[in-house]
Amino acid sequence: MTSEFISLDHGSGGKIAHRLTADLLLPLFDNPILSDMHDGAVLALNDHTRVAFSTDTFTVTPLFFPGGDIGELAVNGTINDVAMCGATPLFISLALIIEEGFPMADLTRILQSIQKAATRAGVQVVTGDTKVVPKGAADGLFINTSGIGLIPENVTIGSTGARPGDKIILSGTMADHGMTILTQREGLSFDSAIQSDSAPLNQMVAKILAASGNVHVLRDPTRGGVGTTLNEIAESSRAGIVLQENRLPVREAVAGVCELLGFDPLYVANEGKLLAFVAAEDAEKVLAAIQSDPFGREACVIGDVTAEHPGQVVLETLIGGRRIVDMLTGEQLPRIC
Amino acid sequence: MPLKHQREYRDPHLSRQLIQAIKRTNVRQVKLMEVCGTHTMSIFRHGIRDVLPETIHLLSGPGCPVCVTAQPEIDAFIAYARVEDTIVTTFGDLIRVPGTESSLQKENAAGRDVRIVYSAFDALKIAQANPDKRVVFLGVGFETTAPTIAAAILAACEMKVPNFLVACAHKTVPAALEALMNIDQVQINGFLLPGHVSVILGRQAYQSFFDRYQVPSVVAGFEPTDILEAVRRLVDQIEKGQPQLDNAYTRAVSEEGNPKARAVMDTVFEPVDAVFRGIGLIPGSGLRIRPAFAAHDAAIQIPVKVPKSKEPAGCACGDILTGAKTPPECRLFRRACTPENPIGPCMVSSEGTCAAYYRFHP
Repeated sequence: MTSEFISLDHGSGGKIAHRLTADLLLPLFDNPILSDMHDGAVLALNDHTRVAFSTDTFTVTPLFFPGGDIGELAVNGTINDVAMCGATPLFISLALIIEEGFPMADLTRILQSIQKAATRAGVQVVTGDTKVVPKGAADGLFINTSGIGLIPENVTIGSTGARPGDKIILSGTMADHGMTILTQREGLSFDSAIQSDSAPLNQMVAKILAASGNVHVLRDPTRGGVGTTLNEIAESSRAGIVLQENRLPVREAVAGVCELLGFDPLYVANEGKLLAFVAAEDAEKVLAAIQSDPFGREACVIGDVTAEHPGQVVLETLIGGRRIVDMLTGEQLPRIC
Repeated sequence: MPLKHQREYRDPHLSRQLIQAIKRTNVRQVKLMEVCGTHTMSIFRHGIRDVLPETIHLLSGPGCPVCVTAQPEIDAFIAYARVEDTIVTTFGDLIRVPGTESSLQKENAAGRDVRIVYSAFDALKIAQANPDKRVVFLGVGFETTAPTIAAAILAACEMKVPNFLVACAHKTVPAALEALMNIDQVQINGFLLPGHVSVILGRQAYQSFFDRYQVPSVVAGFEPTDILEAVRRLVDQIEKGQPQLDNAYTRAVSEEGNPKARAVMDTVFEPVDAVFRGIGLIPGSGLRIRPAFAAHDAAIQIPVKVPKSKEPAGCACGDILTGAKTPPECRLFRRACTPENPIGPCMVSSEGTCAAYYRFHP
């Protein structure tokens, strides 16, 4: 993209963000591990030991929202990225950038929430850093976490492994997190009971891997939503994807807010969901494993991988039409009427 | 529509019945225009073109508010953002539209204060919170949005918020329909009339247009079965040779619309000749702020110099807005013009025809 300045679109998780990574970052740091472009890096330490390593920075307004806060998000987000490599997350780092004047009570509350989330997920915070910047140089609090985990010996999960015939499982409803944050932002008041789906998925991943050796791809559809993540998988696997609209799970209240603002739930962020691509013969087993997890009760099969239209995601609509699901371009913006 | 009923209006069984009925009746080649951008998006999003017979062609009309906003208006919006101590507030769609030299998004990245709001009343709140700055709200849209913006101006008068200003670029739908019928290369056999706009105007607002042109016209809702039912009625009228002004969206649109909303609109705004991108000057097709409310009129309070406005070279938005061309017939489409690097507004707006083709059309 030809632009002189960074715009918010560069951070949307959509096409424009991809372009920034591909044009500016990859050429500078090019190496085979990075170019995999998975949620985390897979590092082979020796013939038997592979670890997954991932990092993520969290900025969210407001810091506290229905269903979670920035602290819980910072733990879950990173361990989920590690888990999507098929790894068992073990350790995380915690770096805080705090704006001068930030209330101590809020910081305490967020740190307690980090502690609780780490304990729940079975990871330890083993290193960290704290920086305070002058008022106005940051928006309250930014958090960076990095995480590492061990990959079991027989497990190979990548982002390029989708094969024709695979079933695509989504572990629950779409768009809960993104729409919750949006409705909480200043100036937007909706009287709707929706909350973020922020959740750790490492135990769910362990159950999936125990249920089947034929899991080809695991991804958590965060920024950019299910639509963008599926496009990335279709592209990197050179396979086509067909989704059934009548199977796409969206909570009624979330669907309502999306409809009102002109947002497509397929492009709205999730923070506690995963997409699993599984060989058809194991799909039932994996679905049952996901549904046995407390964060996967509403899991369902949403579509199939096909050899046709490689790189493209196609949706079969409720009324029997077909349309493309493209990658998100920039941030979704509310419409005029 | 109560949201819990959404599924009913997307019912696959009912949809199939409507599609069958359309196929049974339709014999000739038919060109139907959906005037509203929300219809365009719904048609693509639900794959409606895909389920209709090949003889029925759906054309997208000048109903995307961002798309029809003329280039000098966009340039003026950008100029407001460059004025010292000014906060520009806007609906999200506008922020990416390229002007002659810049866009609101670029101005924002360069340090100007451009904020996305969800309603004119949010802009009014920003004005109250920033009494030392002028807050300009960009009033773009049809009769759907104009009443709330008028109400915000009335509220600003009552609450004495002198720094709340509106840059008024509103357009009206019935006048645009007449203009379309007068363009030679545009041949339309029937209109899907906009649902939201008609909630305010009522079915009656199209009567004089219909009486003059006798073209089949049906007010339509936005769900798949709403659109299919409206198409069914249009095809029926066309095949029988009996044009009517019909309303297939009676759960939201009445005969006389919403007189209260219209009264608020008429109090604050008056008709003015306006330029639609692609169509040109249409007499009486815009709204401007009445002199009594000049204190809140950005055009009067902040005189800005707009550079000589230029339409983007090679962009076919104008022809696309009148249905004279489809996006793939534009030489920039998918090549130079993409959602990441849009050249014309029809690619920018979430309701733009080019964006719809790009996103949804295989």
